[in-house]
Amino acid sequence: MNWFSKLLPSRIRTEASNKKSIPEGLWTKCAACNAVLYRAELERNLHVCPKCGHHMRMGARARLEAFLDPEPREEIGAEVAPRDVLKFKDLKKYKDRLAQAQKNTEEKDALVVMTGRVKGIPLVACAFEFRFMGGSMGAVVGERFVRGVDAALESGIPLVCFSASGGARMQEALFSLMQMAKTSAALARLSRRGIPYVSVLTDPTMGGVSASLAMLGDVNIAEPGALIGFAGPRVIEQTVRETLPEGFQRSEFLLEHGAIDMIVDRRDMRDRISSLLAMLTKQPSP
Amino acid sequence: MNLNFLDFEQPIAELEAKIEELRYVGSDAEINISEEIARLQAKSRELTESIFSNLTPWQISQLARHPQRPYFLDYMDRIFTDFQELHGDRAFADDPAIVGGVARLDGQPVVVIGQQKGRDTQEKLRRNFGMPRPEGYRKAKRLMELAERFGLPLLTFIDTPGAYPGVGAEERGQSEAIARNLFVLSRLKTPVVCTVIGEGGSGGALAIGVGDRLLMLQYSTYSVISPEGCASILWKSADKAPEAAEAMGLTAERLKSLDLVDEVIPEPLGGAHRDVDTTAARIKSALLESLESLQAMGIDKLLDARYERLMRYGHFTE
Repeated sequence: MNWFSKLLPSRIRTEASNKKSIPEGLWTKCAACNAVLYRAELERNLHVCPKCGHHMRMGARARLEAFLDPEPREEIGAEVAPRDVLKFKDLKKYKDRLAQAQKNTEEKDALVVMTGRVKGIPLVACAFEFRFMGGSMGAVVGERFVRGVDAALESGIPLVCFSASGGARMQEALFSLMQMAKTSAALARLSRRGIPYVSVLTDPTMGGVSASLAMLGDVNIAEPGALIGFAGPRVIEQTVRETLPEGFQRSEFLLEHGAIDMIVDRRDMRDRISSLLAMLTKQPSP
Repeated sequence: MNLNFLDFEQPIAELEAKIEELRYVGSDAEINISEEIARLQAKSRELTESIFSNLTPWQISQLARHPQRPYFLDYMDRIFTDFQELHGDRAFADDPAIVGGVARLDGQPVVVIGQQKGRDTQEKLRRNFGMPRPEGYRKAKRLMELAERFGLPLLTFIDTPGAYPGVGAEERGQSEAIARNLFVLSRLKTPVVCTVIGEGGSGGALAIGVGDRLLMLQYSTYSVISPEGCASILWKSADKAPEAAEAMGLTAERLKSLDLVDEVIPEPLGGAHRDVDTTAARIKSALLESLESLQAMGIDKLLDARYERLMRYGHFTE
């Protein structure tokens, strides 16, 4: 409390914590254009700023909810849950970090997989939950992804994955690195069977996820303005000791350098992907 | 302080220096000191044994990056004959951080690919400290496919701090280059044996590390991120690297016990650099042994087994 507020009688004093008279989360601010947005409207707009088109991060379930037809849907691999075999402990125990993340996100791990349809086209869709330990890939993410691939193989239906991840999960050490090989091997099998895989890279897709399943799409799609790359910008800056060019590792940069096929607005995703898949599987327009 | 010895090896370095000194004195003095030298040598050996029987994961990480540690090309002529280096990715450049080509192993033609660090400053720069760029991985991919095409076994040698984190590397698709190699290796129709000879640094190592057998030299390491990197992210301080090395379990022995590695190749007392010939001979016999059993399998069975093995990685409950 500063000297001025001490002078005020307690009746007129307003504590910082009391200032929020409006319920939390009703309004939100766009990080790109600073527009104040009504949250319900933002959600209806799939977390894309109606003023400037900035694509905000989106949870895995909300993502699948928006992408898939309402019926039918079936989750795959929900029973697969993490196990801390290494008893990993840094400043916190991995076990505690998991429990915290599970409480915060109501997910058991960072990937949700479902079978469903998009404009009538049956497919398997996966989405990363970035709020779960930065969408990091450990054994559960790898296993659920592979079960998704297996379901696609079994029914001969396409696979779509929305990635949002900081990379491999360090707390699972070399096991997490091996998930890169595991998921890539499963995708190689899918490819050999001639089943299409569309990878959608959303903000951010980095490290081990980018260097495995996310870059292996028959078609790689990015959302506008997403950060996508192998090494993080901070690591690169420290290595090369120079400031990075404007827009470095953003979707537009990747498109220019030939790493992705297209940038698609989230609100057009269902149309674009269903149209693509219909052509790749020689089906009539959806 | 002797720079050819690591911190924890300094007591050995001191003894070795004493022995050298005595030898020097011995050559021009009349007195017989050979007995004293023998005594000191025995002591040095004992000391090395006791230090090396109890190394921490952090000390092993340092040994894996020892300035005198043998690199891929140091083993080349000791393990193989007729090596012909093949260069370039056919699209952009030749990356000297990855060396590859055809050679003979006990007379049998094979394809070899390995990461290569440099010994002196100039060489280190040229080899980019063993950190490959996308063109390196794409050259490796070209050689993997060459191995498949001609039915030659593929032998890879891992020794990298990681894939290079640079602007150009990102522009040319470092992620895709690594991912593509994992994809290609997982179903390459020829036996693949991968050996970690020094540092196995993350995705940059894995990009030539997917195969039918994973061997590790006793004092090599393999991890998802460097101990320093892990410490600075999870402990918020790179000084905690020893703790991170411990937590990640990046040593050959630990990874073998976790069933991630098939075989640990023992190193000579004091590490591979103390006796490169012996180390090379042990690598060679491990490779021959692996190849013999893999080649007996038949290609379909081999690919199924490789796939099953990849699918087994990781623990979870259900």
